[in-house]
Amino acid sequence: MIETKNLTRKFGDVTAVDDVTFRVEEGEVFGFLGPNGAGKTTTVRMLSCLISKTSGEANVGGYDVGKEADALKIRKLIGLVPDNVGLYESLSAYDNLDFYGKLYDCTATQRKKNIQRFLTMLGLWEKKDVAAGTFSKGMKQKLAIARSLIHDPEILFMDEPTANLDPESSKTVRDFILELKKEKKTIFLNTHNLDEAQRICDRIAILNTKLMAVGTPTELERLVSGRKTVIQLEQTNDVILAAVRKLPIGNLVVVGNRLTIDVKDPEKENAAIVDAIVRAGGHLQSVTIVGSTLEDAYLKLVREAQ
Amino acid sequence: MRLSKSWIIASKDFKTYRKKRNIIYSLVVTPLIVAILIPTVINFAGHKNGANGIPASELMVLLPAFLFFFVILAAYIPTPIASYTIVGEKVEKSLEPLLATPTTDGEILLGKGIAAFLPPLIAVLGGATVFMTYMDVTTHSTLGYYYFPNWDAVTPLLTLVPLAALLSVQVNVIVSSRISDVRSGQQIGVLTILPFAGLYVAGELDIIDLGSTSAYLIILGALLVVDVLLFFVSRTTFRREEILTKWR
Repeated sequence: MIETKNLTRKFGDVTAVDDVTFRVEEGEVFGFLGPNGAGKTTTVRMLSCLISKTSGEANVGGYDVGKEADALKIRKLIGLVPDNVGLYESLSAYDNLDFYGKLYDCTATQRKKNIQRFLTMLGLWEKKDVAAGTFSKGMKQKLAIARSLIHDPEILFMDEPTANLDPESSKTVRDFILELKKEKKTIFLNTHNLDEAQRICDRIAILNTKLMAVGTPTELERLVSGRKTVIQLEQTNDVILAAVRKLPIGNLVVVGNRLTIDVKDPEKENAAIVDAIVRAGGHLQSVTIVGSTLEDAYLKLVREAQ
Repeated sequence: MRLSKSWIIASKDFKTYRKKRNIIYSLVVTPLIVAILIPTVINFAGHKNGANGIPASELMVLLPAFLFFFVILAAYIPTPIASYTIVGEKVEKSLEPLLATPTTDGEILLGKGIAAFLPPLIAVLGGATVFMTYMDVTTHSTLGYYYFPNWDAVTPLLTLVPLAALLSVQVNVIVSSRISDVRSGQQIGVLTILPFAGLYVAGELDIIDLGSTSAYLIILGALLVVDVLLFFVSRTTFRREEILTKWR
């Protein structure tokens, strides 16, 4: 649905996006993670045909980004939630959406239907005649999302849709994205909220001008070694510790009856550790895997790039 | 270029004007003040110290000259509106979602142009109509006929007013790319009236005869050339890439 190959954008001497290659499948929620200034917004703007690329190739919905003839077709195919909501504050919620519906060539019936549908889904229908300028930040963000969907696009680009929102509004937006996912919309989500990316994205790309990694949240977590297994025993003794030390594991730290073991692949190694402890007569109270989250992977990759 | 898209954009702006009191004031009040104040002052001056009004020979010079005020007005009135339509979008950060729609830069620019051009044009021509009617009523007794409308006066009005308004709109588009608040835009944009005010002063100082056909044709030609040049400059300035990466 979206594909880039060596996509690059320079502003003078500064390279904002450097040689980025990835592919987003139809119906996928694709997270684009990166620190401020990583090139996330620039990438979205290139893919939305808002700014040109310096080099490389990009294709959105079968149309070539950069081809003048395809630009309007791409813009018709996509919806964009920019990082700034950019609503017409003196116009009502309804009029804001109606204006965009007209620009996307929606018929009067389609506009009426979609405005009611999306404002209802986002809990704004009761406020349809109220000026957008009086809305709270969360309501404005929801209205901006409704605006991007007014023409029922196949692909949705969202640039940090939950930034600066309170937890409740963020949850509403996240739940809404998951609803859209059920409708098989392809969603390209720019964010630096790791928790959000982990919860709703099928795959995540980590960008810091260059593309550092692409994969599912679990695949990215595995990129970082140094995960730990913490085992709480009823009673520790030398026999148990000797049995554990015989295994090909990393560092072992013993504090009271708690063993903390460095492991590379806990899903594989934990079974052998537990088996060794039980065979040595140990009684387990709990086994917990800690460390090496998506955050660890993200920080490692971003720091490596710096 | 699809005119329907430009009209959708212009219609949206018309809708927002109705909710902006300062825009309505600038559109209605200024032309009305000029339309009513000038004839009132002329009448007052003509009847000062018991005089019987301005003589017919002087009225023939004054009336077309005062009509030139509406050309100056046409260069001034689009400024607050053009500043609002373009810098306002910039301030509200609503240009990016607009640029992301399937519309071309030319369609958006034309829509913004129509929105900034049509209301002032109607307001100025409306004000000029009030002025001409008022002058006809008050000068009929002196002249013995209604001076307005006449082709010598109305032709410059119908040609120079739109061209002056167009020039003002285009200057404001260009100014918008370099400034970030509506007030600064208005302050710089209002400088558009200077060449027109200069022409009026030159007319009053008898350097040029604003009522002559040759002066009219020179002004018309100059405005056409400047408008065409500014069109290309504003087209270059109003490109989505420029707006998103360089407009601050």
